[in-house]
Amino acid sequence: MTENFDYSLIDWSRAQFALTAMYHWIFVPLTLGLGFIVAIMESIYLKTGNPDWKRITKFWMTIFGINFAIGVATGIILEFEFGTNWSNYSWFVGDIFGAPLAIEGIMAFFIESTFIAVMFFGWDKVSKKFHLISTWLVAFGASLSALWILVANAWMQMPVGMKFNPDTARNEMDNFWEVLFSPMAVSKFTHTISSSYLLAAIVVIGISSWFLLKKRHLVFAKRSMVVAAVFGLVTSVFTILTGDYSAKVIAKHQPMKFAAFEGLSVGQRGAPLVALGIVSSSPDDPNNENVKDFAFKIEIPNFLSYMAFQDFNAFIPGVKDLMEGNEEHGIMSATEKIVRGRLAIDALAEYKAAKKAGDEVKLAEAQQILDENFKYFGYGYFENNPQGLLPNLPLTFYSFHIMVMLGFWFFVFFALILLLVYKNRISTSRFWLKIAIVNIPLAYIASQSGWITAEMGRQPWVIQDLMPTMAAVSKLDSGAVIVTFVLFALIFTSLLIAELKIMFRQIKNGPKPGGN
Amino acid sequence: MFETFTILTLQQYWWIIISILASLLVFLMFVQGGQTLIYTLGKTDTERTLIVNTLGRKWELTFTTLVTFGGAFFASFPLFYSTSFGGAYWVWMAILFAFIIQAISYEYRSKPNNFLGKRTFEVFLFLNGALATILIGTAVGTFFNGSMFSVDKLNLTHIYDSAISRWETPFLGLEAVLNPHNVALGLSVFFLSRILGILYIVNSVKDENIFSRGIKQMYYNAIPFLIFFLYFVIALLFKEGFAYSPGTGEVFMEPYKYLHNFLQMPLVLLMFLAGVVLVLAGIAMFLFKKSNKGIWYSGAGTIFAVLSLFLIAGLNNTAFYPSTFNLQHSLTIENSSSSHYTLSAMSYVSLFVPVVIAYIYWVWKSINNKPIEASDLDDNQTHVY
Repeated sequence: MTENFDYSLIDWSRAQFALTAMYHWIFVPLTLGLGFIVAIMESIYLKTGNPDWKRITKFWMTIFGINFAIGVATGIILEFEFGTNWSNYSWFVGDIFGAPLAIEGIMAFFIESTFIAVMFFGWDKVSKKFHLISTWLVAFGASLSALWILVANAWMQMPVGMKFNPDTARNEMDNFWEVLFSPMAVSKFTHTISSSYLLAAIVVIGISSWFLLKKRHLVFAKRSMVVAAVFGLVTSVFTILTGDYSAKVIAKHQPMKFAAFEGLSVGQRGAPLVALGIVSSSPDDPNNENVKDFAFKIEIPNFLSYMAFQDFNAFIPGVKDLMEGNEEHGIMSATEKIVRGRLAIDALAEYKAAKKAGDEVKLAEAQQILDENFKYFGYGYFENNPQGLLPNLPLTFYSFHIMVMLGFWFFVFFALILLLVYKNRISTSRFWLKIAIVNIPLAYIASQSGWITAEMGRQPWVIQDLMPTMAAVSKLDSGAVIVTFVLFALIFTSLLIAELKIMFRQIKNGPKPGGN
Repeated sequence: MFETFTILTLQQYWWIIISILASLLVFLMFVQGGQTLIYTLGKTDTERTLIVNTLGRKWELTFTTLVTFGGAFFASFPLFYSTSFGGAYWVWMAILFAFIIQAISYEYRSKPNNFLGKRTFEVFLFLNGALATILIGTAVGTFFNGSMFSVDKLNLTHIYDSAISRWETPFLGLEAVLNPHNVALGLSVFFLSRILGILYIVNSVKDENIFSRGIKQMYYNAIPFLIFFLYFVIALLFKEGFAYSPGTGEVFMEPYKYLHNFLQMPLVLLMFLAGVVLVLAGIAMFLFKKSNKGIWYSGAGTIFAVLSLFLIAGLNNTAFYPSTFNLQHSLTIENSSSSHYTLSAMSYVSLFVPVVIAYIYWVWKSINNKPIEASDLDDNQTHVY
C-alpha cells in the first residue's frame, strides 16, 4: 500500500470540477435573473397591449435562450462528475445528497424544459395568457432547480439530518426537513439567487446603456433599463441582507472559512473588521508559514465580532486558534482532532472485523468509539499533514472582499440609475452609461468570487469535517483525468467564444421590428 | 404510507421507477435518431431546417429525462452511481461529451456569427445522435453481461488508498465493446432511435419529399434493427444470468436466468411481447399504409419493451450490475440502495411523476397540434433554430 496520496489525481480532479462549475456559473446566474426580468416585461406587454413591450420581451428572450442552452450543457456534466470523479463521496453521502438532485430533476427541470418550448415556439400556438404563464413557470422552474442544488451544496458545508451507519459505511438521512431547512441551505439559496438576479439586472442595464450611447432603439433601451434597475435595486438590498446572514451562519459552522475570508490570523475579543487589506508576503508565524499578516489594512474596530455574533466583545477564533487550539475558549487543536479522527477510522475497521467474527463485545466497543469520535472522522486522513487542513488564505480573503465591495457598489449604482431615469437625464449621462457597460464584467467577477470564497474557503473538505478531497476522489489514473480536463477546457472555451460572438451579434442587430 | 413498506418493497418500487425513466429515455431518443438523419431525410436547406426545428422542440425533454434518470439512480442506488460512473470512466465521459455538444447545436446552428459554422453544429448533432445511443445501449448491455470491478467498503479505513469501488481493467469501461452481446444492444438502440426519429419527423413535418425518403430509410434501419435486436434477445434468453439468494445475498450463475425471469413474471413477459408487436406495428403502418401515426405505436412499444428488459435485469433476485471480477461484489437492488428513510422520502417525490407526465403531454399537444411545413419557415414565430 502506498504511504502517500496521489496528489496529481486529486488536484486534476478538483481542477476539472472547478472548471466545469465555473463555466456553468458563467451562464446560469444570467438566466436565473433574466427569466424573471423577461416575465415582468411580458406581463407589462399583456397589461398594456403595447407591441413595443413584445419586442422588448422577445429581444431579451433571445439572450436568455443563448445562455440557457450552454448552462444546461455544462450542468449535466456537473451532475455526473460527482460519480465519475468523486465516487467515494457519492457512496459516503449518496443517501442524502442524491435526493435533492433527483428532486431537482423531477420537480424543476421538467417545468423548465417543457415550458421553455412554449416560450420559444408557442407565440402563435397558445393563448397570450398561457404563454405568459409559461414564461413565469420557466423563471420559477429555474430558481426551483437552484434551490435543490444549493440545498445539496449547503449540506456539504454543514452536514445535518443524518447518522453514520457503520454497517453500510455511509451516512444515512434521518431527517429530510433538517437538510432542507438548515440555516446554511437557507442562506445559500437566498444569497445565491438574489445575487444572480442582481447580475442579470446589471447585464440588462449595461446592454441598454450601449444602445443609448449609440443612440439606437431609445424607447426599448430606456424601458428595459427601468425594469432592470427596479429589479436590481430590490435584489441588491436582498443580496446584502442575505450576505450578512450567510456570514453569520459561516462564523458559527465553518469557523476556519470565516477566519480565512475575514483575514483573522489570531483570535480575539472585539475583533476588528478588515475592510480593505493586502496580505503580507512573509509568514507571520515561523511554525505556520501559511499564516500571514497584512502589509496594509483598513480596519473597523470591534465590528467583526458584532457582525458575527451581535456582540462587540464576542470572541472570534483566528486561523491559529483553530490550528493550535485555544483552551480558554474551548477550541480543540488540529492535532487532537486528527487523533480522534484516526480513532474513528480505526474503530470502523474494528467494527467490520468484529461483525465478521461475530464478536458482540468488540462490536459494541468499536461502535462506541466510533460514535464518540465520528464528528472528527475526516481529520483522520491528515495524520502526517496537519497543514493540509488550511484553505488557501490569501485567495479566500481577496475573493471575499472583491465580492463584498462590488455588492455594495452595485446597490449604489442601481439607485443612481433610477435617479437619473427619474430626472430624465439618463440618455445624456454618457459617463454613467459607460460605467454601466464596465459593470457587466464586474458583476461576473463578483459572482465567481462568491463561489471561490465558498468553495476554496471550505477546503480541504468535500463534506465539512467528515470527508476531505483525498478520501472522496475516484481511483483513476491521473492521466485519464488530465485528458478529460483538457478536452473539457477546449470544448467549453470554444462554446463560450461561440456564445459570446452570437450574443454580441444579436445585441448589435438589436430588437427586431414588429415584435419578431 | 411509504414508511410502512418494507425496505425490499421500496427497493423494488424504485427499480421500477428507474426502469420507467430508462424506457422513457429510450423512446425520447427519437431526437437523437432524428439528428443522424438530418442529411439523409433533408436534401435542401429548407428541408433540413424543418427537421432541425421539429426535433428542436423536443431535445430538452430527452435531455431532462437523462438528467432525471441520473439523479434518480443516484438517490435510489448510490452504489451503482459511484461504482459505474467512477469506474467505467471513458464510457460515461464519452456519453457526456456527446451531450455537451447537443444542447448548444440547436440554439447556435442558424444564428449569425456562430464561430464554428452551421455545418459544424450539424456534425455535432449527428455525433450526439450516433454516440449517445450506441454508448448508452452498450453500457446497459453490461447489466446482463457484467463488468470488471470490485467493491470493498472497508477500503474507506485505508487512509492512503480509500476508494471503495475500483475498476479492475485499465480500459475503464471501454472493454464493454469487446462483448458482441453488449454491442448488439448498443446498435439495436441506435437503429431503433432512427426508426423512431423517422416516425416522429413524418408525424410532425408536412413535406412529401421527406415522407418518401423516410419510407426508403425505414427499410435501411428497420432491417438492421431486427437483426441486432433478435440476436440480443435470443442470446439473452439462452445465456446464464447473475442470480442471488434472497436470504444470504450470495450471487451465483443460473442457466437461462433471464428466460426464467420472464416466465416467473408473466406480466413482464406480456409487456415485452406487446412492446415488440407495437414497435413492429408502428413500422408496418408507416411502410404499408403510409400512415404518419406510427410514432405513437412504436413509441409505446419501445417504452414497454425497454421497461420489461430493465425489470428482468433487476427484479426476481437478479444482480442488475454484475461484477465478473468477483461475483460476490455484484450490485443488486438490495445491496446498493439508499436507506429505508431516503427511499420512502423519495417515494413521496415520485408521486409528482404522473403530474409531470400530464403537463408534458398537454404542452406537447398544444405545440404539436399541427405539423410544420415549409411555408411556416418564413414566419419567425415558428422558426427558431
